[in-house]
Formats: sequence, structure tokens, C-alpha cells
Amino acid sequence: MKPAVFSYLDPRTLEEALDAVGEHGDDASVLAGGQSLVPLLNMRLARPEVVVDINRVPGLDTSRVEAGAVRVGALVRAATVEKDPALADALPVLADAVRHIAHPQIRNRTTIGGNVAHADPSSELPAVLAALDGAVVLRSTAGERTVGWEEFFVSVFTTAREPEELVTEVVFPVRPDLEFRWTEFARHHGDFPVAGICCGLDVEDGVVRAARLAATGVADRPVRLREAETALTDAALGAETARAVGELARRAVDPPSDVHGSGDFRRAVLATLVRRTIETWPDRSQRGRRGAAA
Amino acid sequence: MKAETREVTISVNGQRMTRRTEVRTLLSDFLRHDLGLTGTHVGCEHGVCGACTVLVDGVPMRSCLALAVQADGRAVETVEGLAPEGELSEMQQAMRDEHGLQCGFCTPGILMSMLAAERAGVSCAEACGDVLGGHVCRCTGYQGIRAAVRRRWATLPAARGEETPA
Repeated sequence: MKPAVFSYLDPRTLEEALDAVGEHGDDASVLAGGQSLVPLLNMRLARPEVVVDINRVPGLDTSRVEAGAVRVGALVRAATVEKDPALADALPVLADAVRHIAHPQIRNRTTIGGNVAHADPSSELPAVLAALDGAVVLRSTAGERTVGWEEFFVSVFTTAREPEELVTEVVFPVRPDLEFRWTEFARHHGDFPVAGICCGLDVEDGVVRAARLAATGVADRPVRLREAETALTDAALGAETARAVGELARRAVDPPSDVHGSGDFRRAVLATLVRRTIETWPDRSQRGRRGAAA
Repeated sequence: MKAETREVTISVNGQRMTRRTEVRTLLSDFLRHDLGLTGTHVGCEHGVCGACTVLVDGVPMRSCLALAVQADGRAVETVEGLAPEGELSEMQQAMRDEHGLQCGFCTPGILMSMLAAERAGVSCAEACGDVLGGHVCRCTGYQGIRAAVRRRWATLPAARGEETPA
């Protein structure tokens, strides 16, 4: 289990990095945290001619909290997101989801851009991005474009990123009216989840005013459960709503069976996660908390 | 395709080491094969088992998921640096006292993760849970390792040692 021979480039500026991916395109793999790419190299499931290591490129490892959005640089480590008080304040669900990624030793290297660019269909952040209607910023020597999550995630390990492009930033819009939560089921903590959901609700006097619901692990990419969202909107929180919405979620997806379980098992897990999340959702509106620290 | 090489200089346990190596050489193999530091163990080679965990600039990470060239100019700490030859660090002693190892294959990685956890001031509960969670041990069932962590943490300043999970 050793990587096959490759050429190694470690650009020192963003311009050099863009030139490198521009020149080598499909023949190059971009090395960020390496926690998914290097296993693929070791197992020779990936045999790129060129590895473009962007770890020494300055300027990609910072996050910005702006009005309406949290913008996370591609090289920001998962461990940094976990501990960043500004991010925790603006978008606590991000750290909640990140804590479910593998183990601290992995999260010290995992990058937000790499996680999203890898597009594992069971990964947490793509579903968070879906729930928040987020976007990915792509740069090439030709310029920059921002691609919404729905267009970005194409299929298993496949995104709208062109081979000449680099993911430079991941944009998580902030919706102060919604409180978001991450819930997942994995066989062991740190494993990829069988299913996971990012749920955002605005609850007032026990009634859902607005809802967002996205899932991972139940399709070839993250999915928004829009029928469930519609059913939640204007519904009263409680066991009946929880059961009905869980059922809608189950029927919305049709994951294939694999070594981790049958498709029906994944659907059942999804339905249970949705039901439990809604059943246990706290109605904080009486305490005047609405809008604060969502 | 001819294997591309580069000169890599790393401070390993405080000692500056330079070797020319292939750019595809993993940090774990660089430590073991190029430098002869075989204390870092290689288990799964895809980041799951944690046996190869070392500190790079103080940060615990899988050395099987980093290239040696990525560590160029950085400071690496391995299990060999924990104590002088023939002596044990306090965490190593605690592992010995509590039967925290049997075959010892996973131990070097655990020791490096715990060193970083100690320095970062993480709680005993977190060290026994989240941090140890990043390591696979097939001998002990983790009870002895957790007992060793508790023993070690009990000697740390109160703020760190206060929580003692079962």
C-alpha cells in the first residue's frame, strides 16, 4: 500500500496553484488535508500523474463571518472550525456537524474545501451546505465563479468543479430566523454515517414557521427533503407531525443497498432520525429566544 | 515514469535530519525506512488505526496520510522522543502500571495523541473518549489504556484531571 509514482508540485501562491491545475487538469489531484486523497493514493485507487499540494498556498486558511453568510477558506481545517468562537456564534451547526467527522487526529488535517470537493455521498458538510442553500467558490486562471450546492454536487465523488479549477471557499449562508441541528447515526462515532440530517426550524408557540431539511448517506449526493419541509411548515411540533414527516422523508429517497446495510435500512434510519429530531425539538419561543443564537 | 525525488529536512525529536527521498514517500515510511525510527508503527495505511500518529509542529496526525515532502522544514515528534533511552515518560509509566498495552503495536500512536492532549489541556473525559477514539487497540479492550490515562491525568493540574470517567 504505497502511492504509485507521481510528480509533486507545491505552489507558494494562489496564482502558481491555479497555473498548476490549469496546466495539468485531469492528470492532477489536488492535495489539501489528504485524509481522503492519500488513502486513495496508498490503495492506488487514484493514480494521478501530478499531485498539486496547496497546503503552502497562503490566504486559503481563514474564515470570515459576514452579514448573511459564513465564508470558510478551502484550507481551513475541521479542527479549526470546531474551535472557532466566531463561527460557533454565527453558525453553531457547522461545528456540530464537523465533530462527527472521524477523529481529532484526522480533523487536524481535514479541510473544509477538501471535504466538499471530495463529495463523499455520506459526508456531513455537503448536507449542511444543502440545508443552508450554500455554495462553493471555484477559481481558475480564467476567473472565479460561485456554484450553488445543488449544481455543485453531481454524484458520488463527482462535482461541477472543472479539472482546471480549485475550490477556494465554501459559503454557508446564515439564517438567523432558523435554528439548525445536526443528527446522524453511525455504527461507531467517527465512521461515515449510515444517514445524517441537517434540520433547521423556526418555531413560534409550538408551530413551525419555516423549515429546512437535508440528508446525507441516502443518495449519490446530499438531498433536500422538500416535501418534508412543506409538511413541516405551519405544522404543530409533536409526535404526530414527527411521525408524518419521518414517513415523508423515508419515501423521498431510494438509496441502493451496500455492505453497510440495505437501502430499506438506510431509509428506516433516515425516517427515525427525522422523527426523533422533530419530536425532541425544543420550543424556545416562549423564552423570547427567537432569532437569537439560532 | 522515473521516480521524482526531493531533499527533505525535518527536525525529528529536536534533531535536524536531511535525506533525499521520493516525493511519494509517506511520512511514516520516511521515519521508519529513511531515518530508521521504527517506533512509529504502520498498521492500516489509510488513516483508520492510528498506530502511525506523530506530532507535526505539535499537532497529532496520521503519518501514513502525509507525504514526507509535506513535513519539509517542520518539527516532527515521535515516540522515540518521549524519554531518554532506557527510561519511560510519565504516560509510558502509567501505561505500564495499568496494563495499557499487550502487544504494543498501537501504543506509540496513542502515546503521541496523549502527549498532544496533555499539552492542549483537554479533559480526562475527552482524552479517554474522543482522543482515544482515534486509535484501534485489539488487545486491551481499552480498559487498561483508559486507566492509564486517568492515572496520568490525576497528576496533571486540577483543571485537567478533575473529570474521571469510569
